[in-house]
Amino acid sequence: MAAASARRGFRGVLRLTASHWAPGAGTRPGQRRGERLLDPGPVRTPTSGRTLHSGPNPHQCENTSQETEDSTDVVNVTFIDRSGRRIPVKGKVGDNALYLAHENGIDLEGACEASLACSTCHVYVNEEHFDKLPEAVEREEDMLDMAPVLQLNSRLGCQIILTKELEGMELTLPKITRNFYVDGHVPKPH
Amino acid sequence: MWRLFTRVCPRARGSEAFAGLRELSLKTSPELKVCIIGSGPAGFYTAQHLLKYHKSAVVDIYEKLPVPFGLVRFGVAPDHPEVKNVINAFTQTAHHDRCSFYGNVTIGKDISIEELKQAYHALILTYGAEANRTLGIPGENLLGVYSAKMFVGWYNGLPENRNLNPELSSETAIILGHGNVALDIARILLSPIDSLRKTDIAAHALETIAASKVKRVLLVGRRGPLQVAFTIKELREMINLPDTCPLLNPSDFEGLKQIVKDLPRPRKRLTELMLKAALEKPSGEEAERRATASKEWGLQFLRSPLEVIPSNDGKRVAGIRLSVNKLEGLGESAKFVQTEDVEDVECGLMLSSIGYKSHPIDPSVPFDQQQGIIPNNLGRVLHAPGLYCSGWVKRGPTGVIVTTMHDGFETAESVLEDARLRVLDVSASKGGYQIMEALLKQRGVHPVSFSGWERIDNVEVANGEKAGKPREKLLDVQEMIEVANQ
Repeated sequence: MAAASARRGFRGVLRLTASHWAPGAGTRPGQRRGERLLDPGPVRTPTSGRTLHSGPNPHQCENTSQETEDSTDVVNVTFIDRSGRRIPVKGKVGDNALYLAHENGIDLEGACEASLACSTCHVYVNEEHFDKLPEAVEREEDMLDMAPVLQLNSRLGCQIILTKELEGMELTLPKITRNFYVDGHVPKPH
Repeated sequence: MWRLFTRVCPRARGSEAFAGLRELSLKTSPELKVCIIGSGPAGFYTAQHLLKYHKSAVVDIYEKLPVPFGLVRFGVAPDHPEVKNVINAFTQTAHHDRCSFYGNVTIGKDISIEELKQAYHALILTYGAEANRTLGIPGENLLGVYSAKMFVGWYNGLPENRNLNPELSSETAIILGHGNVALDIARILLSPIDSLRKTDIAAHALETIAASKVKRVLLVGRRGPLQVAFTIKELREMINLPDTCPLLNPSDFEGLKQIVKDLPRPRKRLTELMLKAALEKPSGEEAERRATASKEWGLQFLRSPLEVIPSNDGKRVAGIRLSVNKLEGLGESAKFVQTEDVEDVECGLMLSSIGYKSHPIDPSVPFDQQQGIIPNNLGRVLHAPGLYCSGWVKRGPTGVIVTTMHDGFETAESVLEDARLRVLDVSASKGGYQIMEALLKQRGVHPVSFSGWERIDNVEVANGEKAGKPREKLLDVQEMIEVANQ
């Protein structure tokens, strides 16, 4: 994706100068998802009056850092995409893994926008770091039940908030095989 | 200018050589004109993937209604607004400069499949399942008997169901089916009216439900607790619904405690929740809540509908005759077998929530009547080069957003592969929408553009604000078109 890597390079230049996302900037055609999610601006999301989730606040750090002069905040994470490609990224403490993925052009969908109402941001966490994550709230477990190819180390990306302890964490996007059910399961009519 | 940056800025470390080659070959390939028929999640996810990975694909999405988004708008329950957040992703796709939306155009009526084939390199059928499976029992068409599809369409503002006018004047409603749609309907029927007031439920439905006398909703399924099709989030919501008490018969769950631990995780957690609700005696706050509840809902197992019992005047439903079943086999594929025994249950409202069904769109498009899908392999329609499908019309009418998402990507991959391997002949350029535009004009059809939808959207949100709702949906197609073309 030439245009995408060009934009990454361009922003690398901007990183040295002050840059920030203007709220309400809206989206432009072809703009990457991460940028859209960073400034929800004109997006209308109806509220239901109930608490949608009781896990970590996914909006506590929607804004992944634009410039981090202070390296003590940096958390290195590696995403492994669906074709097995390893993509190391630099996040910072408090970053949400889903938005970090978007920020770095990784194909992790977030259909319900981190409100624990879907399982499109399903990832596998490497063993070493899986146990360092706080336990999933009941609502996350319920949504994980819907995720295809669920494993013991499955989590929803939108519920992973970076801490220094998660330095070196690897998040793998599940391979959705061509016939969808990897174990050969075929739903049986009755 | 951008190419200079590409040379100067290195690609992400560890990039796949194959992916690089693929992108290169698609970048220099000629324009690929694709039309997508149906603007629900299947259509939009397929479009998203195509636009991302083919640098010169032009994607036109056709929709028979003036408004997009299919079941996200008309199927997802009004009290599940977070699920509808996906509309933001679809909106971004629609705003892509190589994507266009044409609403108020019915393929098969305003334009034929054959005409689309002349104008586009590839056609992707994503029109879902607009019909419902029928019970096939006497009395199915009496007053007070509705398909879940019609009822959901009614409370979600689907134009064709706005005049359903269901009567909610009896205390007991029976829903046939043990899926999420059945639970959605039960929840909407029994929710405290004040929580429904703040949702985007259609105004006429809110009014009717506010005056509803329904106090008891029974969900009747032909198999057992281990075969329920609903999922844990929806069941939990129902169990926790304010001012309601669950009616679960402990004898339905005999022997299940021992089996549960060996079940796969999703089925295990779901069954454990049902067992807890059925067998555990609540204490404290929960006991208090159930004791003072004014409404109740229950699950009945191993019952199949035999006939609708009519009222004395023969016009409406007064009850249902059910066969008592037993199960043969275990797990997902257990089969129900009717016994001699029957049971009559009184009710004044009956909803059949036994599944959706697709229709064939055109004789030239292969259709498997038995399975109710377009026969395909990975989204490539069999024996029909240039035709693809994704979503419910490809796989059958089950699954949630994540299933349709992956499915849409799979079909898009098939299209991309065919373009790459020249199975799709893109050497001959195609006219695309230019050709359709002329035809539609001739035929007096006025498509609604995406900005036309956005005008409708603004009016709905503004009207909703006055009522303290996220939106007040327009219910009339003509009105939608007028607003869109202002």
